[in-house]
Amino acid sequence: MARAAVRGRLSWALGDVVELIDETRRVRSIVLDVPDWPGHRAGQHVDVRLTAEDGYQAQRSYSIASAPDDARLAITVESLPDGEVSSYLVGELRVGDKLELRGPIGGYFVWDPDRTEPLFLVAGGSGVVPLMSMIRERHAIGATVPTKLLFSSRARDDVIYRDELEQLASAGDGFEVIHTLTRMQPDGWTGYARRVDTQMLSEVAWPASEMPASFVCGPTPFVEAVASALVSLGHPAPAIKTERFGPTGG
Amino acid sequence: MDDRALMVDGNALAGELSEVFSQEMTMARVACGGCGAVEQLGADHAYIQAPGMVLRCLHCDQVLLVMTRTGDRLRVSLTGTRWMDL
Amino acid sequence: MTGYVSRGFHGKREADRDNARVPPGQYLVEDFPVLSAGPTPHTPLDEWTFSIVGAGPEPITWTWEAFRALPSEDIRVDIHCVTKWTKLDTNWNGISIDTLLDGIEHHASHVLAFSDGDYTTNLPLEDVSDGKAWVAFDYDGEPLAPEHGGPARLLVPHLYFWKSAKWVRGLQLLDHDEAGFWESYGYHMYGDPWREQRYAGD
Repeated sequence: MARAAVRGRLSWALGDVVELIDETRRVRSIVLDVPDWPGHRAGQHVDVRLTAEDGYQAQRSYSIASAPDDARLAITVESLPDGEVSSYLVGELRVGDKLELRGPIGGYFVWDPDRTEPLFLVAGGSGVVPLMSMIRERHAIGATVPTKLLFSSRARDDVIYRDELEQLASAGDGFEVIHTLTRMQPDGWTGYARRVDTQMLSEVAWPASEMPASFVCGPTPFVEAVASALVSLGHPAPAIKTERFGPTGG
Repeated sequence: MDDRALMVDGNALAGELSEVFSQEMTMARVACGGCGAVEQLGADHAYIQAPGMVLRCLHCDQVLLVMTRTGDRLRVSLTGTRWMDL
Repeated sequence: MTGYVSRGFHGKREADRDNARVPPGQYLVEDFPVLSAGPTPHTPLDEWTFSIVGAGPEPITWTWEAFRALPSEDIRVDIHCVTKWTKLDTNWNGISIDTLLDGIEHHASHVLAFSDGDYTTNLPLEDVSDGKAWVAFDYDGEPLAPEHGGPARLLVPHLYFWKSAKWVRGLQLLDHDEAGFWESYGYHMYGDPWREQRYAGD
């Protein structure tokens, strides 16, 4: 599949839902066949638009979870309480349905696989989705750029892509995952058990002297806290790319 | 709710801006008409849950760009920007 | 906007849309959506003031204490947002604009409400008079939350809710109509939900 040039004037396209994967009890991945899909870059997103019979429309943005070279496009959606779009996508949508989407979108929060500096990825909950696209691409192209994912989740059962991340982290190609479970930890847990803070980042992040590229994604308060902590640890602000989800995504 | 939570990145405007501009806008460099700071549009602060979409300077919160869909018209106002590199 | 009709999608609207209290093009909600054009201001109450500007050489200004000492009333109204949600029977407590303008000599035909964060909105004077408008500081029996406009917001329920300026700090009296924030970006100068005056030219 051709790598997409970044271009504007996007139009709405219709994708076929070919597979649904329940990642956690509230999170589902939707795999789509989109005719003439131009390809995407890791970190980009799509806008999804739902239309009711009376013409009422709702639109939300979702990060692309699949790697650019995957045959099919995948998004991963967290069902939010009161979320009219997310509850439809996670609860109602079926294989065989069609989904209207526009994309790929966003040149700002993308990972360029030709870069060689160490990669520091920080995810709050479903903020892991665009970072997973980067991780999957890194693996697919056989890159060995040193990469760490610091991943904050509420509990072990809420860790999206848990098994796949474990597999990728044991591949011995320089990829490491550090989890923090903020609400509940399993018996015998020896890992971090609190929200990401400056102390944790000082222990986990690449030192500023190694000039890593950092990508932080999740709810806005999480992203704000992590980004300013990284700056306080000496990382220059332009090297920290952020994607804030806002309170709903919906 | 955390009252910072409504703010997202300029990246969130990318889809709507793609209907107006023929090229990807989140990497456009924008100079703030208030404090003069220059940032990529995707890094500035966006408020998208409102009658329109508002992009604000991430340093001084000055309104840089407002996009409203009023009926059939899509209006983009750039009065808060000093300039924009496409 | 046309679109592909998504099987089984209804949105979060209530089924009862024949309700005579729901203006055209609106749908009912039970929650209270938060919409904002910018960061939530946080003016401390000991710095907060409310002013009437333009009635004389000096503004008429109340501190929070003086403001709260004015007679207030309970208000129960339906509210309608231009983004199409309507919420029925919302309960507030606030001070009528009539009380604030009482005894002030002026020749204004319009007002421009101004708020922290540089938000403004314009209204004809008669639409904030005769019991049609308040400055509200309580919602549902509690102090108005910052994300909903606290400590005080304008409340003008007969017009689209963007006219009910959050974080209001005063009214400028004018002898002409002058577009506020959303009005200058294409929204209607008046904003009557019953005539669906959402956008300029409607």
